[in-house]
Amino acid sequence: MNATPIMMSDRQLEWELPSRGHVAMFALIAAEAAIFAIFVVAYIFYLGKSLTGPMPKDVLAIPIFYTICLLSSSVTIHIAAHALRRGNIADFRAWWFGTIVLGAAFLYGTAHEWHRLIYQEGLTISTNLFGTTYYSLVGLHGFHVIVGLICLSAVMAFTLFGDVQQQHTYRIDVLSLYWHFVDVVWIVVFAVVYIIGR
Amino acid sequence: MAIDSIVLPRPQEAFRPLVDRLHGWVTTVDHKRLGILYILFALFFLVIGGIEATIMRIQLIRPQNDFVSPEVFNRMFTMHGTTMIFFVAMPVMFGFANYLVPLMIGARDMAFPRLNAFSFWLSALGGILLYFSLVGANGLYGAGNAPDVGWFAYAPLTAQTFSRGHSTDFWTLAVLVSGFGSIGTAINILTTILCLRCPGMKLGKMPLFAWLNLVMAALVLIAIGPLTAAQIMLTLDRYLGAHFFDTRAGGSAVIWMHFFWIFGHPEVYILVIPAFAFVSEIIPVFSRKAMFGYPIMVAATVAIGFLSTAVWAHHMFTVGLSSNANTFFVLSTMAIGVPTGIKIFNWLATMWGGKIHFQTPMLFCIAFLFQFLIAGLTGIMLSAAPFDWQLGNSYFVVAHFHYVIVGGILFALFGAFYYWFPKMTGRMYSETLGKLHFWLFVLGFHLTFDFMHIPGLLGMPRRIYTYELGRGWDTWNLIVTIGAFFQALSILTFIGNLLWHTFKGKAAGSDPWDAWTLEWTTSSPPPAYNFAAIPTVRSRRPLWDLKHPDDPDWKYE
Amino acid sequence: MAMNNSYTRGAPKVIIPLSLSMTAFAQAGAHSPSPTNIFAPVSTPADMIFGLSVFVLAVTATIFVVVFSLLLYAVVRFRKRADDDGREPAQVYGSNQVELAWTVIPILIVVALFMATARVIASVQKAAQPTNAIEVIAIGHQFWWEYRYPSLHVVTANELHVPVSDPAHPSPTFIKLLSADTDHSFWIPRLAGKTDLIPNRVNHTWIDPHETGLYLGQCAQYCGTQHAKMLLRVYVQSRDEFDRWIRQQSQVAHVGDTASDGQRIFETTACINCHAIAGTVADGQFGPDLSHLMSRETIAAGAAPNTPENLKRWIRNPDTIKPGSRMPAMELSERELDAVTAYLTTLR
Repeated sequence: MNATPIMMSDRQLEWELPSRGHVAMFALIAAEAAIFAIFVVAYIFYLGKSLTGPMPKDVLAIPIFYTICLLSSSVTIHIAAHALRRGNIADFRAWWFGTIVLGAAFLYGTAHEWHRLIYQEGLTISTNLFGTTYYSLVGLHGFHVIVGLICLSAVMAFTLFGDVQQQHTYRIDVLSLYWHFVDVVWIVVFAVVYIIGR
Repeated sequence: MAIDSIVLPRPQEAFRPLVDRLHGWVTTVDHKRLGILYILFALFFLVIGGIEATIMRIQLIRPQNDFVSPEVFNRMFTMHGTTMIFFVAMPVMFGFANYLVPLMIGARDMAFPRLNAFSFWLSALGGILLYFSLVGANGLYGAGNAPDVGWFAYAPLTAQTFSRGHSTDFWTLAVLVSGFGSIGTAINILTTILCLRCPGMKLGKMPLFAWLNLVMAALVLIAIGPLTAAQIMLTLDRYLGAHFFDTRAGGSAVIWMHFFWIFGHPEVYILVIPAFAFVSEIIPVFSRKAMFGYPIMVAATVAIGFLSTAVWAHHMFTVGLSSNANTFFVLSTMAIGVPTGIKIFNWLATMWGGKIHFQTPMLFCIAFLFQFLIAGLTGIMLSAAPFDWQLGNSYFVVAHFHYVIVGGILFALFGAFYYWFPKMTGRMYSETLGKLHFWLFVLGFHLTFDFMHIPGLLGMPRRIYTYELGRGWDTWNLIVTIGAFFQALSILTFIGNLLWHTFKGKAAGSDPWDAWTLEWTTSSPPPAYNFAAIPTVRSRRPLWDLKHPDDPDWKYE
Repeated sequence: MAMNNSYTRGAPKVIIPLSLSMTAFAQAGAHSPSPTNIFAPVSTPADMIFGLSVFVLAVTATIFVVVFSLLLYAVVRFRKRADDDGREPAQVYGSNQVELAWTVIPILIVVALFMATARVIASVQKAAQPTNAIEVIAIGHQFWWEYRYPSLHVVTANELHVPVSDPAHPSPTFIKLLSADTDHSFWIPRLAGKTDLIPNRVNHTWIDPHETGLYLGQCAQYCGTQHAKMLLRVYVQSRDEFDRWIRQQSQVAHVGDTASDGQRIFETTACINCHAIAGTVADGQFGPDLSHLMSRETIAAGAAPNTPENLKRWIRNPDTIKPGSRMPAMELSERELDAVTAYLTTLR
């Protein structure tokens, strides 16, 4: 009896399947999107329902500059990945670093806004329903930015050691997907909190 | 006609010290070992959950009983539900998926073996956390409090005001942590199926087991998120003074219900779809016929997956939603009965005209068909919202969902255990003991869950630690409790049969059932690398094609 | 508001024996097999649900019989015989016509069930409140029921009284459902389906019982330790009796002279933090109103009969009757207990 007689013939089968990393990252993005969706629903549901305390239009300032920072970082990370694909490590390093700087700037902006809201406007997570939903939604997003920045920084460290080469384009691509997701979530959060919600 | 495959010799295992062997299991990333770990983990918690159920049934055997205090009883139903759903049913399904999916699609392992291990240990941690609450929760009333808020933990009962101490937080954390493990496994299953199929196995050629686990994995990705979000919100409420569910600050108790059931309803489909997968593999083999209507089975399952996200508020018919909302959810819930019924008919049509062999796996699957039919019909009754205004939150609902989970899912699971036991251990179980297990369990199951519908019809609500005399519930509760003991006995038979024959059973060979999918082409148990060479397939039943070269499936598919 | 039987018209012969046996199940005396039997309705919402349930049960029973028989037949007819030749049977991969048939037929069944259901949802949820309706506000507490009749100036606890309703000239009771703490559910099976009481939300239900008597139920949404003993008692009375009860309840408490020692203790200890007795300084809102305590047949939301011995036991330590209830043991001496109990027994 044969070991593996399933082989019907020796003809070369055209057999291409999607790449693991991309599929897995899309799956993770789907799961994360589900979590964010619920926080967005809670935000929208509770609009106008706070019993007391500062209302969105009283205290929220549209964070244009920091939003531009974050959204630009999607462009820079795209350029970085493109550079790596072409084998240009130096460019990759520069644009990657730029992405981190822009991401960090966004985080600084969020921190700055929160500081103002807490100490000058007296809005905390326990003040009212607006405070609760605002800090949790923006905070959840900020947390994902932090995680992303940690990953990006790890890659930066590897790059500085000279360990990131052209053959790692695939992994950089997959990581970029995550970063793009974080940006898309910010677009949604921005629209819901600073445009619709005010 | 079994086919043996040649296997490369394995280094002598018997002489390795026990510590070494255990270390191998703890650090494994092999999908087969992780699958078995998940299954053993689930079996352990099945016994614990069963003990919790038995304690409740003894308390309810007669009115005004004092076997346990109300506080203990309330912890029992909370722990029983949480344990059975999150630490028995989900892990066991992940276990079987882990073990079988790579084998069935001709792959060497899951897409991400280390993520696989990590996800398992996260789930294990969750189980340990939940039970650590018994000693660690340090409630106001003394040391050690298991959660007592019910497995769906409705707000505002879970607020700090009503649930002091940390018992609720153990519930939240345990489920949250194992939720991350579930997402990890779902990502793995999905990626494996989409990216690691062997040559020739297009999506329309893979076993139904793979298709159904693909749908299950997709549902996990969509459904666990809402639960995670709700639990984060609850914890923010309890510790940072947030007001998500704080009704005194204008928060809504109903929104917790929405978020929970947006998870909770797809969750039960996450549990039942793998059960469908088992049945879809076993019934054809033991009827000696191909699955009837494979494309329709796939389409029906995908439809069920989509629809399951649109029915959640049928758990909330009594909450006071508008008549329009109630009416919509009646329609969506009744609609999901259509693809589900189609599946039952397709299984029936598979058996029709076949030659049915009544070994233990098939016995359990046949019982599944009858019982799942009944469960579905009581579900239709509950979907008629006004009828649910009487039946909801009563023992009728408890009977219904146990009919699905025990009469449907657990029976299919037992069938799967017996069917794949020879593959996983290389040994055969005792058919006599298997049949004894079956008949004892059928008796116990029907005694308990058939008669449990009646107190519901007579007005007995759920989650009550005792009940009044003179309500007409006494005799029924007695019968229900008696059935529990038969079930316990039968589970002991089951565990004994499998444990004994894991070590002492007769060699089973690679294909004891004369089956048709790829896992039966390799040895029992499979070598670490699964297949000596990755196969190429041309039809849904590659082994049938081999055994019937004059009449292969690919001519007809 | 009369029950519409159109969905049982022309139904197969299974309906008649089915509903006969169900009504026999119910009408074999109201207390046999159970005082909380959902198939023994005495009020329109419960009647409507009963009618729908007969239809649904008939449909599902038919489906069950058909599919069950087919399954049984298949299992018997297509079993492997002892004299089997070992050849595989003909492999059949599917049939589009068959799939179509068993898709279309269930869809039609769903449509029928849905329409019947939608009609009852509308009838119950959108029922207009007539001008002569009795209005009650029911407030759920852990673990007792507060009832207010705002236009009749009555506040009471745990035992709801409503007038009987003549189907020809209905006088229903419309109940607004609120909660003071966590979720509860108001369920008296013979009168109506259950509706939840949810904090920060106003729900509504209504009943129009057409037979006098005492109807039982209990809280149907887990609300904490003593969820099981948050019992419901609804007294459906003739119009005269109801009016008499209202008159009695709307008066201030009847305080006898001989109980003044007990009254003093009551009003100087923690009792008045939680309880109200109309016409005295006691006006606590956390616990049940005790103004007419002795007009009730039970105490602790039905957990025990209302006797002086039980009252005294309760006040000494509520956990002996209902462990986990929100009332603490009052740490009174035996003499004080006797005095307070004597005082309470004068509150008719």
